[in-house]
Amino acid sequence: MRLGQRFYLIEVVQGVLLTSGHFFRNMGKHLAHALGRKDARGAVTIQYPEERRPYSPRLRSLHRLVRREDGSPRCVACMMCETVCPAHCIYIVATEHPNPEIEKMPERFDIDLGKCVFCGYCVEACPEDAIRMDTGILEFSSYSRRGMIYTKEMLLSLEPVGPDGRPASPVPIPANRTV
Amino acid sequence: MTALADFGIVFGRVFFVIMFVLNLGGLLGWVERKQSAIMQDRIGANRAAIPIPFLGRLTLLGLFHPIADAIKLLTKEDFRPTHADRFLFSLAPFVSVFFALVAFASIPFGDTLRVAGREIPLQAVTLNVGVLYVFGMLSLGVYGVMMAGWSSANNFALLGGQRAAALMISSEIAIGASIMGVIMVYGSLNMQDIVRGQGDLLFGWLPAWGIVTQPLAFVLFLTAGIAATKRAPFDTPEGESEIIGYFVEYSGMKAGMFMMSDFLETVVIAGMTTALFLGGWQVPYLMADGFHFPGGASWTLPHLLVVLLQVGSFVVKVLAMIFVLMLIRWTLPRFRYDQAMRLGWLGLFPLSILNIVLTGAVLLLIGRPS
Repeated sequence: MRLGQRFYLIEVVQGVLLTSGHFFRNMGKHLAHALGRKDARGAVTIQYPEERRPYSPRLRSLHRLVRREDGSPRCVACMMCETVCPAHCIYIVATEHPNPEIEKMPERFDIDLGKCVFCGYCVEACPEDAIRMDTGILEFSSYSRRGMIYTKEMLLSLEPVGPDGRPASPVPIPANRTV
Repeated sequence: MTALADFGIVFGRVFFVIMFVLNLGGLLGWVERKQSAIMQDRIGANRAAIPIPFLGRLTLLGLFHPIADAIKLLTKEDFRPTHADRFLFSLAPFVSVFFALVAFASIPFGDTLRVAGREIPLQAVTLNVGVLYVFGMLSLGVYGVMMAGWSSANNFALLGGQRAAALMISSEIAIGASIMGVIMVYGSLNMQDIVRGQGDLLFGWLPAWGIVTQPLAFVLFLTAGIAATKRAPFDTPEGESEIIGYFVEYSGMKAGMFMMSDFLETVVIAGMTTALFLGGWQVPYLMADGFHFPGGASWTLPHLLVVLLQVGSFVVKVLAMIFVLMLIRWTLPRFRYDQAMRLGWLGLFPLSILNIVLTGAVLLLIGRPS
């Protein structure tokens, strides 16, 4: 250590000058903001629930099931996503589709979001492009584990993220969620 | 009638000081949050709000947070560990707050006010040994901390109390020895006399404030004073990442009182630094009858305005000092326990002895500034 550092007082003064510099610079920006200069920002804070930073288009958010023209799921219950899922959080029960050209459709398509690791493998594995993770919804929570299980109807009701980066559909609340 | 008026005057003096210290101490929680936030490019506490119908939320820059904190602390469970000493455990936070509160009493916030033929000293208590009184009350405050550490029946609390005691001894000696220089220069233990002495001018233009006549003592006193408040960088008794501190077993308002006493001690240290080193209520070149500038120009002011200026000057100086203390608290990391001890015993103490020797030598050679 140099003698100056050993004496410590000079270092203290330098540190205090740095922090007080930040203080007065930010204070000036806050004052300018309060006086009408709306581009002056004294803090880097984003006030989260009210303000959000724009999400990346590649963001993997809550899943949704893509619908056909008639509203039925595009999914053909091939079980590819269920097989590839590393967290084993997808449960599919297949049934006949009324249209003979389409072999199968899911009768049940449940995703246990309490187990999901949001790896996106299900989206990549899907041969029909029937499952996507582009809703932009990040805030889904529940007081119980059962409440984290999202069913086919809920996943079908979701819309892709809007052009402004905001979720286009509200957070679906499971019917059996307690409180 | 005169007895009633006398009582009213004494009550008013005490009321002013206690309201000043208490409100400032309560407000410091907000100051600390906001100032640290602005220093760190953040916004700070701004969520506590009073909803106003049709207009939105009244946040007032987060000023409701101290109130919200107080309500929360008061409504929390008052927990006491099974093996804790009942009496001492409950007494400790009150001791801590009490001595921090009364310490401000002999710090003068203005010169004598002359109203309707009365002379009112602007000081809660006029004591001939005011410096010793503040100093003594400040060191008695550590008894609350030690009692908390001992009575909690918790080894971490005990460690915290022991650290607080050790830190207090090492810092109090440096405080006392650095004040000695000031007492030698102004020749009095009375705070009011020391502040009056700082109204003189050196070389005809430089106010003889303590920071001018005793620069080394100022640095030593400030360092030891920060140590006496037990706040960062000297918060080893708390040391929240090592031992949680002497108040580890406290909850609710009792924990709040320990936090409050730290803030009150900050106010006391700021007030003491102001009185001893920053000229107290002195405004440069302001005499009892108005301004007398060194060039010969003068500006006569009425007595009431002069007193108002003096009290205002004292308040501004205390606030500026609190700002500096907060700045240091949010700039420096915590000293390790042994580093704090070494700084106290091997750094501050010998330097303050050196300061006494130097001051004595200079006073012998050139005499007192008068």
